[in-house]
Amino acid sequence: MKGNDAIGEGAILAGCRHFFGYPITPQSEVTHYLAKRLPEVGGLFMQAESELASINLVFGAACAGARVMTASSGPGISLMQEGLSFLAGSELPCVLVNIMRGGPGLGNIGPSQADYFQATKGGGHGDYHTIVLAPNSVQEILDMMKKAFDMSDMYRMPVMVMADGIMGQMMEPVVINEEKSVEIPPRPWATIGRDYHENRNEINSLFVVLEEMEEVNLRLLHKYEEIHAKETLCEEYMLDDAEVALVAFGTVSRICRAVVDKAREQGIRAGLIRPITLWPFPHDVISRIAKSAQCFLAVEMNMGQMFEDVEIGAKGRAPVYHYGRLGGMVPLAKDILEELKKVSKRRGTGR
Amino acid sequence: MHEEIYIAGLGGQGALSMGQLLALAATSENKEVSYVPFYGPEKRGGFANCGVIISDHPISSPIISEPSVLVVMNNLSLKNYEDSVILGGIIIVNSSMVNLGVKRSDVRVVSIQASEEAEHLGDVRVANSVILGALIELTEVVSVSAVEKSLEEVLPKRNLNMIPINFKALERGAELASNYKKAWSNLS
Repeated sequence: MKGNDAIGEGAILAGCRHFFGYPITPQSEVTHYLAKRLPEVGGLFMQAESELASINLVFGAACAGARVMTASSGPGISLMQEGLSFLAGSELPCVLVNIMRGGPGLGNIGPSQADYFQATKGGGHGDYHTIVLAPNSVQEILDMMKKAFDMSDMYRMPVMVMADGIMGQMMEPVVINEEKSVEIPPRPWATIGRDYHENRNEINSLFVVLEEMEEVNLRLLHKYEEIHAKETLCEEYMLDDAEVALVAFGTVSRICRAVVDKAREQGIRAGLIRPITLWPFPHDVISRIAKSAQCFLAVEMNMGQMFEDVEIGAKGRAPVYHYGRLGGMVPLAKDILEELKKVSKRRGTGR
Repeated sequence: MHEEIYIAGLGGQGALSMGQLLALAATSENKEVSYVPFYGPEKRGGFANCGVIISDHPISSPIISEPSVLVVMNNLSLKNYEDSVILGGIIIVNSSMVNLGVKRSDVRVVSIQASEEAEHLGDVRVANSVILGALIELTEVVSVSAVEKSLEEVLPKRNLNMIPINFKALERGAELASNYKKAWSNLS
């Protein structure tokens, strides 16, 4: 199954029945797949006239209590940022998928991880976060969609599944675990009319009284703290005796895993930290490994974005280096191995 | 068994279809497999490459930097990827489209006039199947019957009548490759 198709099928297995989107390479297969599949399961697929319309249709469907999602790639996700901020401010659940491509600007259709800052640091205006999940195989994409919807419901906030163009386009065998029934939590807050609720429900992100706005912000803050404590996910590989800890997510984490094996064959004690949630980021794992490893090497398809989160986690206890390929290019195993050998001999911090 | 196959050509030549066929066939045989396409925004004539890994063991990295088998369908692809092939690896050249020679002497080279062979069978569009037939004969990564079954999934419905001629093309490719195989076994 193709990664993009797995996003679509995973959403359907998770009980999602509403999709609003607009095609863009390398994400287009998500829209293509759901255009065919959603009507088959009694769902609604709508190709909007733009990404602005898509996200606002998502907003409307979320207000009405639907399990709803949209998908795009960098340029389209940028257009959706205003809506995303409104969704976060209004505490509405929904799932967004970003299949990242080379940028900035219109860029190209090569794979990239350059939307890390945008996704993990808020992206739109105002003080907010989005949960960001980063799968690294087609099977994980398929299984992760359910998790994404469940988390967005539990915390009433947007969740983003973020993958690079390779994840979207690649094919791998998958096992589809069909659950008999999906339980979607009740939505007593939904704005579906007085026929259904005793009180008038209101969904809003406008709070002109400053104290009220601060109260909303504090509620979000507490929610974010709880998520940090409970939902941070990370995979650790060969770290017990590692001298150099690679840090990578998505496709690059797959390449780095092969690099760790190669390095070990050559007698270099390497390990790999793979953040599965990019927000909340596993700073604690980095802090723990910083006590035993000599240094970190963050490998990304960008100029050094996750690199900054690794530095926060390392707290200066161990130097953090960065190796990146840019503009749609993919780092090769042999080049990462060279870099790994270089940094294992280096001291001090830098990229 | 662990083969890393990189297929490089131009949009319209069927490089991606070959990769998909291999991947689906390997899946049906319960092998570990990954397929990653790379292509430009052009509808036709832009670069179109894909990497397929087929293995008995779980695949860590789906990205191929040193292929064990390289298929090249145009001159530029040969130029770009010739050096990446592992020592003793195989380069399959579609010599109908490639007039540059392979410079390396530490790899095995198979040269197939796929377009002429395909035209001879009756349709130039099955040139990629001729190459695929050769690849399977040389590497034995999947069985021919598994590929034949996968054809129904990869071909668009309007082209299902092309299945018999694709079978013939696979067969012809295998026949051409078996000569190389014999020559290699005589050498060693």
